[in-house]
Amino acid sequence: MQEKVKATVWGFCVMGLLAAAIVFGSRNLAHFDAALVGYTFAVLFATFGITYRYSMWLQRPPTAMYWKRGWQLFLQPAFLAGNLVHWVRKVTVDFAFNRFIFNRGKGRWGAHWLIMWGCVLATAITFPLVFGWIHFQTEPGNLEWYRTYVFGFPTFAFPVHSILGFLIFHGLVWASFLVIAGVMLAMRRRMKDHGAAAVQQFGEDFLPLILLFAVSVTGLMLTASYSWMRGQGYEFLSLLHAITVIFTLLWLPFGKFFHIFQRPAQLGVSFYKRVGGLETQAHCARCKEPFASLLHVTDLMTVQQQLGYKYEIENGPTDHYQHICPACRRRMLAIAQGRMWNR
Amino acid sequence: MAVPQQYEFFIDPNRCIGCQSCVQACGECDTHKGHPMIHLEYVDRPFSVQTAPVVCMHCESPTCAEVCPADAIKKTEDGVVQTARKPRCIGCSNCVLSCPFGVPKMKTELELMMKCDMCYDRTSVGKKPMCATVCPSQALFFGTREEIERLRPRSVPTNRFQFGRQTITTKVNMMVPSFSENMVVDVTAAMNEPPVDQSFDMEALAVSDFEF
Repeated sequence: MQEKVKATVWGFCVMGLLAAAIVFGSRNLAHFDAALVGYTFAVLFATFGITYRYSMWLQRPPTAMYWKRGWQLFLQPAFLAGNLVHWVRKVTVDFAFNRFIFNRGKGRWGAHWLIMWGCVLATAITFPLVFGWIHFQTEPGNLEWYRTYVFGFPTFAFPVHSILGFLIFHGLVWASFLVIAGVMLAMRRRMKDHGAAAVQQFGEDFLPLILLFAVSVTGLMLTASYSWMRGQGYEFLSLLHAITVIFTLLWLPFGKFFHIFQRPAQLGVSFYKRVGGLETQAHCARCKEPFASLLHVTDLMTVQQQLGYKYEIENGPTDHYQHICPACRRRMLAIAQGRMWNR
Repeated sequence: MAVPQQYEFFIDPNRCIGCQSCVQACGECDTHKGHPMIHLEYVDRPFSVQTAPVVCMHCESPTCAEVCPADAIKKTEDGVVQTARKPRCIGCSNCVLSCPFGVPKMKTELELMMKCDMCYDRTSVGKKPMCATVCPSQALFFGTREEIERLRPRSVPTNRFQFGRQTITTKVNMMVPSFSENMVVDVTAAMNEPPVDQSFDMEALAVSDFEF
């Protein structure tokens, strides 16, 4: 119960901060486009939901332990410089390039990389526009030039009818191309891969792909409508697009999309492993071989106790089963079975 | 799709002949293509030729899932503890170090834990897991309880294991002698016991005893 109250408070705080940032960033809503208010409320709800779930997640004993240790070890002065180098490497190789997904499978990587960058691009364009943090204005006395305003401050200008202008104004088209290609690859894998077929679920695995596809296609239809069809059906299409986007935003805290917010925990784990590898190792109580960092073993003993497990050993050569390496556990299982045949 | 209730997995390490068929077959499974998930352990390599296959026992209360910080390990309604969900797993190794049977494998290059999922693509449609399909000595057996009772009149299946003060109940059964008074396999009691009583004494084959 206390966890839920804490998560709710966090949810409202972060949502409130975003709402305040929207008001201030759009200069008291002066640059806020009222037509986009539905998107704004969907984002605010999603922010509450994501924060709530994230907070609940962080309060689970193993997650709380990693969260605490990840920060402790990252900020430890003796390891900070190395950790920063490690952080840059992880962010570029694992997050920007998705190398670990590449190693899991090239098809999977292609799909994920395209979807990820498509979504990153779309988010970077739409969220600041919806919040009124970015807007464009024609230059006074020159209708052929647009100037970009960020938080109300003038920045760079560009000719409307130029390649740069074309690229900027069609940013969401490029993003949708990436997403659609990625969704196609992902769908192909899900339809052909027997292993995936055995465990995939509609809500968890297909719905996110369908939503991304729907958002991208309805977005493209808007462009097609105003570019080639003289705005035919534009109102209906904009409504349809809004429904798909808002549903996707509302779905963010609940389904597979939540992994976007969980994935950075991989960074904390890598610091934990890196520092653990440099410090004292735990030796198996049975075979005496090192098998993990002592920090990891002792932290797990704490977590298991918090979860209600009782792996403590009474009257044995060690006081806890966690001091035995996985290989010895497997051997002991066979020996224990063999012992039972000795009358 | 779910594993049919009448089919159960029975393991009997005593029957293992170390042929590696299970390891090769395991790598053929579609849910973990190219990665054998079964462990084939030499129980006490310097002194014994005894080997033991270890598959996931699919605990009723899986420690691996509970200690997972990313909530990546899920148990399906049929009691099968699935391998880590790829979008969630952060490669922390908590599950690898916590599993009382020592089953999960950490694939560092993939930042992913992988483990035996009882060949879910096969068992969920009523087929046998790859390892049980090829095991010549039936140390790994997948079938009905009636079948195993008929085949092994001297053994009975148990699914309770003792680790210190913790009792773990599993979906997978281990065959134990029918005369056993206590149907719990006490794993930690075997901690310091070498498997000499069940093994072939390798010292008898010491090089000095032979003229090559």
